[in-house]
Amino acid sequence: MSGVRSPSADGKASPAEARGMERLLRVVVPVLMLAGLVGLWQWYVTAFAVPHYILPSPVRVAGALVTDWQVLGPALLVTLKITFSALFLALVGGLALAILLVQSRWIEIALGPYLVILQVTPIVAIAPLILIYAPTTQTALLICAFIVAFFPVLSNTVQGLKSTDHNLIDLYRLYGASRMQTLWLLRLPAALPYFLAGLKIAGGLSLIAAVVAEFAAGSAGAGSGLAFRILESQFRLNIPRLFAALLLLSAAGVAIYAATSLLAHLLLHKWHESAIRREK
Amino acid sequence: MNATAISAAHEAPGRPLVSLRGVTKTFSTGTTALAGVDLDIAPGEFISLLGPSGCGKSTVLRMLAGLADPSTGTIDWPQARVDGAGRPDLDMSFVFQEATLMPWGTVARNVWLPLRLKGLSMKAARPRIDEALEMVGLGGFADAYPRELSGGMKMRVSIARALVTRPVVMLMDEPFAALDEITRQKLNDDLLRLWETFGWTVVFVTHSVFEAVYLSQRVMVMAARPGRIIDGIDVDRAEETPESWRTSETYVRLCQRASASLVSAIAGTDHL
Ligand SMILES: Nc1ncnc2c1ncn2[C@@H]1O[C@H](COP(=O)(O)OP(=O)(O)OP(=O)(O)O)[C@@H](O)[C@H]1O
Ligand SMILES: [Mg+2]
Repeated sequence: MSGVRSPSADGKASPAEARGMERLLRVVVPVLMLAGLVGLWQWYVTAFAVPHYILPSPVRVAGALVTDWQVLGPALLVTLKITFSALFLALVGGLALAILLVQSRWIEIALGPYLVILQVTPIVAIAPLILIYAPTTQTALLICAFIVAFFPVLSNTVQGLKSTDHNLIDLYRLYGASRMQTLWLLRLPAALPYFLAGLKIAGGLSLIAAVVAEFAAGSAGAGSGLAFRILESQFRLNIPRLFAALLLLSAAGVAIYAATSLLAHLLLHKWHESAIRREK
Repeated sequence: MNATAISAAHEAPGRPLVSLRGVTKTFSTGTTALAGVDLDIAPGEFISLLGPSGCGKSTVLRMLAGLADPSTGTIDWPQARVDGAGRPDLDMSFVFQEATLMPWGTVARNVWLPLRLKGLSMKAARPRIDEALEMVGLGGFADAYPRELSGGMKMRVSIARALVTRPVVMLMDEPFAALDEITRQKLNDDLLRLWETFGWTVVFVTHSVFEAVYLSQRVMVMAARPGRIIDGIDVDRAEETPESWRTSETYVRLCQRASASLVSAIAGTDHL
């Protein structure tokens, strides 16, 4: 980054200008693409006079988003609350269990199979059981989303903790480092990129699991989330609202992805290969 | 600490710093890495282990560092107390074949590591860190990240990290193997200068006959399968400057001798 090349004589842009240009295009190109697609959609609906209960126009969807906000807003909040609580628990639990697992081979041998069973059994299939045992539907949804989000964090972090450079571990040993020092100063930083990769996956999965679990629960009433609103809109053939709810879900998913990517970038950009821009 | 160790050495010139007796190492895979190594290393000595790939040089070094245990035989540190893990209470540093830096830390933080593990804060350690970096010619790079450095510079950070504790024993596993000839030559000379200044005991592993003879007071030639010491060459480097030493008759003759030993070491295992 520090090597500044002066603009060459043939009038080519300097690296700094080129970078600024690229950054601008990175925003402009997707925005243009989106505008084009929405425009096409609007044109199609108008030109072919598609009835709104089959495919509502973007304008109608936007309208539904505003008029139905009293219904959709709280539902979004419920879904987000479950998603983030599950994600938070998955991060804490995944990290803690990963640290425990790498302490001893026997702990890993004892717990490993159950973790795999929990991971491979479809959550939709366990959900009814969890619904019976959990005190409230919300808790049941939280447990479902947690189970799904937890595994990628755990397996990534275990992988990271185990792939610490053996020579560095030896070096710590040579200098008489305690177990805590080795964990804190060496193994956890070495596992950070893996943990963050797990976080990125878990972020998306916890939202998906929160929605899927709610479908499975089929809960109704004031405390229900976006999944229920989607089902409800379908029954009532309120397709604009269904689209609006979908839009909110994707927006939430994109926001979570963006947030986790940003976090990973902030934590890794100084040193990790995955976040380094190669200079030519 | 190192002052006491060295003066103790002067009081008892006959006593080795460490002595290996009948040391063997068989890995769980069945490989016999070492078969009966006997070796005494005197305090303040610069000794090289020279041998073909796989002859157990790294294994010897790791055992000296207490990072591996001998299968049979003993490793004795007559002048130091040894803890349960077989490590003497001497300040020991290890330079690996690769730089082995923590990529998430700056150069200064990497060099800080051994002191940090002893409980020294960055502030308290800073003068020693700067001094160590100065010694390896990286004074201006304290805040760089390892990825911003060349291979040779990373290696020098690794050496600075080994220097910073002011060790008594320096164990070096082919530290310069990946470097170009010029850098290697410079680091060789730097190493000799530091060794003379601080009175370390250096155990230096290398593939290179010239490097071994150039640096050491004693070259131990090893053969593989099973790993063992087949020759010990005393190098008497009179008061020569680096330049005159490199072109002196003695140097050339000892290189030839070491080469011949090495050839016989490799020939002995060729048919396998
Ligand atoms: N952890 C291990 N498990 C099994 N065998 C090992 C292990 N470490 C080393 N060996 C074997 O022990 C022998 C000696 O290995 P060592 O690393 O000491 O060789 P070396 O002389 O340092 O070689 P090089 O010059 O290539 O580094 C080799 O045959 C190797 O295959
Ligand atoms: Mg080796």
